Amino acid sequence: MNTTISWLGLAVSLLLVAVAAGISWWQRLGLQRQILIAAARALAQLLLVGAALTLVISPGRSIWWSWLWVAAMLGYAATVARRRAPEVPNLLGLALASFGAAAVVTLGVLFGLHVFPLTGRTLVPIAGMMVGNSMTATVLAARRLTDELRDKRDEVEARLALGQPSRQAAAPYVRAALRAAMTPQIETTKATGLVFLPGAMTGLILAGAAPLQAVLVQAVVMFLVLAATATTTVVIALGLIRRLFTPDHRLMYLPAPADH
Amino acid sequence: MDARRAVAFEFDRVTVVRAGRRVLDEVTASIPAAGITVVSGPSGAGKTTLLRLCNRLEVPDAGKVSYRGQPLDELDPLTLRRRVGMVFQRPTPFPGTLADNLAVAHPDASTAELSTALTRVALDPGLLGQEARTLSGGELQRMCLARTLVTGPETLLLDEPTSALDAQPKQVFETTARDLAAQGITIIWVTHDDAQAGRVADRIYHLSGGHLSGTPTEARS
Repeated sequence: MNTTISWLGLAVSLLLVAVAAGISWWQRLGLQRQILIAAARALAQLLLVGAALTLVISPGRSIWWSWLWVAAMLGYAATVARRRAPEVPNLLGLALASFGAAAVVTLGVLFGLHVFPLTGRTLVPIAGMMVGNSMTATVLAARRLTDELRDKRDEVEARLALGQPSRQAAAPYVRAALRAAMTPQIETTKATGLVFLPGAMTGLILAGAAPLQAVLVQAVVMFLVLAATATTTVVIALGLIRRLFTPDHRLMYLPAPADH
Repeated sequence: MDARRAVAFEFDRVTVVRAGRRVLDEVTASIPAAGITVVSGPSGAGKTTLLRLCNRLEVPDAGKVSYRGQPLDELDPLTLRRRVGMVFQRPTPFPGTLADNLAVAHPDASTAELSTALTRVALDPGLLGQEARTLSGGELQRMCLARTLVTGPETLLLDEPTSALDAQPKQVFETTARDLAAQGITIIWVTHDDAQAGRVADRIYHLSGGHLSGTPTEARS
């Protein structure tokens, strides 16, 4: 059985937005406007993406359109990462490199080893989940590493003063940042199926897929996100070390976030 | 005689500009290799910057710094930093025991070598297995000195190392530093404490407003 939603169904679901806005009004939170704008914006964005996706992944369309879509997604994700962590220097290029590396690794495994057939219908959503889910970890790793190196400057310079190369002097702080960035994803992976039913699986079941098939797809997606998180965070951390230290192993001046 | 006359650091019209301010302004000076050279001066005079130039934690915007006749930018910074050790104003213990801390400087050092380093700074070698952060301020600062000694430096840069210490640990640190100088280690000691400068220095330079006074005072005979 396939589940479809009519326009009328969508309109009725707006009642749920009204519930959220109503609670805001009742509790005098002053968020009604924000809630309505958020809902309208999300709906408009989704409809636009839906229309674009229909064009990009429709049968017979060249796969290159899908690759172009993926490239645009990576670029947009990198700009979002930079906006979310303005205190991290040169984050745009590094974020682009880290999402690119994660794309090579994850899409390489999933499509190169034929876990999924390479079509627009699989490529675009898989890449979307990869980027979307590793974005938070990437920003977290970049911010945490920059904060650690700034706040523990004395300790880092004490290591440098003992003759340690910058990469070695930064290693404890890189480890701390990577652990902090990867742990939430590991916890989410552990709790999957027990505490919550993740998005891909829920979507497939709602769309009428057999639960076992939905579970298999979801497992693959979880592993994809794990690998993407690990790859993006390690690339961003190692790349940042190259930017935050000079070639002659000095730690550059790192302004506090408030200085921006 | 030659050893006493030898020059450790040579500053040739060295200028450092930070945020539009000339922290050091065309400083020219020779710092002898023998004994303890104190650089004194008020806060913000550029003393720490001068010291950090010596092991290339900072580089000048203009001018040249040389160590034992070689320009610093021609020396490998990692090798230089092991020859020219530094102790910072605030103790900088790393996580773990004293042995862990000392091993950062020399991972292959034997327990005997680590014990010797502690003995040289008047710390009990029995403390090797103790967590570094449980030490008192004075002990911590001497542990940092011992950690630096593990790299076998010829020169020590001390950046107000006793400014946070009480009189008794301050005196222990001063005695330790004098012993190390007597063993042939060149020491450059930055302080704003004139009384301390008088106690430990073989000669004193005064730094004020980014300018170093011309001729050092010979404090001790």
